[in-house]
Amino acid sequence: MAANDPALPLLSVRNLSVDFRTDEGRITAVDDVSFDIMPGEVLGLVGESGSGKSVTAKALMRLNPGNTIYAPESRIVLRDEGREIDVLALRRARDLMVVRGGRVSMIFQEPMASFAPAITIGRQMEEQLLLHTGLTRRQARAHSIDMLARVGISDPAKRIDQYAFEFSGGMRQRAMIAMALSTRPRLLIADEPTTALDVTIQAQVLDLMRGLVAEYGMAILFITHDLGVIAQMADRVAVMYLGRIAEAGSVRQVIRTPAHPYTIGLLNALPKVDDPDAALTPIPGDIPSPLDRPSGCVFHTRCPQAMPGLCDRRVPLLAEHAAGHAAACFALDPAEAPA
Amino acid sequence: MSAPVPEHPIHVSLADLSVQFALGRPLFGKPPMVRAVDGVSLDIPRAAFFGLVGESGSGKTTLGRAILRAAPVTGGSVTYRDAEVEYDVGSLDKAALRDYRRRVQLIFQDPYAALSPRMTVRDIIAEPLEVMGLTTSREETDERVRDIAARCRLNLEHLRRYPHAFSGGQRQRISIARALVARPRFVVADESVAALDVSIQADILNLLKALRDDLRLTILFISHDLSVVAHVCDMVAVMYLGAIVEVGPSRAMFAQPRHPYTAALFSAIPSLDPDERGRGQRLEGEIPSATSVPPGCRFHTRCPFARDRCRTESPEWRQVAPGQHVACHFSEELAARMNRPGRRQT
Repeated sequence: MAANDPALPLLSVRNLSVDFRTDEGRITAVDDVSFDIMPGEVLGLVGESGSGKSVTAKALMRLNPGNTIYAPESRIVLRDEGREIDVLALRRARDLMVVRGGRVSMIFQEPMASFAPAITIGRQMEEQLLLHTGLTRRQARAHSIDMLARVGISDPAKRIDQYAFEFSGGMRQRAMIAMALSTRPRLLIADEPTTALDVTIQAQVLDLMRGLVAEYGMAILFITHDLGVIAQMADRVAVMYLGRIAEAGSVRQVIRTPAHPYTIGLLNALPKVDDPDAALTPIPGDIPSPLDRPSGCVFHTRCPQAMPGLCDRRVPLLAEHAAGHAAACFALDPAEAPA
Repeated sequence: MSAPVPEHPIHVSLADLSVQFALGRPLFGKPPMVRAVDGVSLDIPRAAFFGLVGESGSGKTTLGRAILRAAPVTGGSVTYRDAEVEYDVGSLDKAALRDYRRRVQLIFQDPYAALSPRMTVRDIIAEPLEVMGLTTSREETDERVRDIAARCRLNLEHLRRYPHAFSGGQRQRISIARALVARPRFVVADESVAALDVSIQADILNLLKALRDDLRLTILFISHDLSVVAHVCDMVAVMYLGAIVEVGPSRAMFAQPRHPYTAALFSAIPSLDPDERGRGQRLEGEIPSATSVPPGCRFHTRCPFARDRCRTESPEWRQVAPGQHVACHFSEELAARMNRPGRRQT
């Protein structure tokens, strides 16, 4: 297997815009989103409901439903052994396999819904190995047992013949991770993988994922609403709000010196266990309905720094204000902000 | 008017409370029993913001439901006190149960499922008054609805609308107004902010705190989210496998947990500091089934400090600091080692 060029991004997303056709009209879910993921890097995608983080992730695997419209300028490029795969141009199901379990795998929030209930865990794990690798059924089974053992499932040779309902929530999520990693993907998409788990189990699963990243050298797109989980997992972070990236940078930059008013607001609204006396400051107002998308900067309806006549009219672009740290906000732009 | 009766400082007391369920109905023999709540004794002070935390399967929701009389009390007792009444909640007659249901209310978790889509916001909030016959005229009902809606910071213009027009945060405010319209004294809030986004959650937490102060409510706040509990609750009880393992003032407990389970729960909260990755102790394994509670200390199967004594002898419930009680044989000895490794004190 030829190694990827470590200097080139494994995945490049450029100007991704995703709309959905619905009975109530056309809804914009993702609006002009661009980012790169380097080989072996963990990129955290953080946002609240309606931020478009899951739609972005699903676009990478082309899992969005039939009423999806990708804007013509949208580009998703996956680099694999010197080849550049134009993901949005893939048409046939067999070509799509490369982003659906081949080079890209996904783990979901609710592992119960991700395993077929009437097929054993082992059958499902073997199936995808047969599809994506040259292993025989016997080898696939041995490899699956090995993977289950790796993620800390005791007695894997017996467990492999059980059904998803016989696993506890934490074990199901471990099995899901084992299955996603068994084909050795270069990119793992993890969509709220620990949200349904208790904190003690979440800590175990995050430890496990950190260990596997180090061992396998794969990249992760880690999607979550939980900034604590991001702080624990990500190298870089992109903060999304209503389909746009508000801020992006290294995890330390974004959490310690947040620049965008939305990120600052999120951090101020977050209860911190180390500082229970700090006041909780909600972000004023509610997340607008996707049918009623604000003009200009999408955050201006809730932003304490919004400048009338500017923020409600023009769309701020993501601009670097420190090395590797970018935010989309007119208040940060000396050319626009009042002195 | 007679002189007001001084109110008992303890609003609700649980004494050796048990709630058991039979699991299925086997053809022969007795069904396995789930000991969802297993001998819990707890005093909830009046006007407290009282947190109840634990993992899924710890029995925290069942405990809340037992207080609401929505789960059967199979052993021990729940005592409810207001100035003019004292109820043994397990054995209320019909009239007393009617009165009790007005005094004790539930705020639901999911604001999307809790509100009927076919009723206006006004009718949703007014329904408890009408069902319980607490008002005599429509004017009085409207007055009560407007009063509580204003306290819950709902726009009065919105009372004529249907819930589908509202966001999650607004729906949760509607759902709180509905729970409070009958002027209950005690409210069970079961994961009431769990379904909300962070930017909205802070607003609902601040609202609950303000309502507690304005209306002198006692709130039993059931949550899996420890950082939320640390912020809003003045007391916390930690539940594990049907039993309370530690209870105390939340400030003291978060500063120094005295039970290894409490310490492990706290140290599992993902820190916002990227330089503290993977620190802190980790619990092995998962919570055992409530049909087969381990003998001795029920936490010994996962406790990093468990010794022989823990496997056979159930720990006594004892006070280790002012107001702080714990069920652990070795609490004093372990206190130093458990003191939140790797987490900076701020």
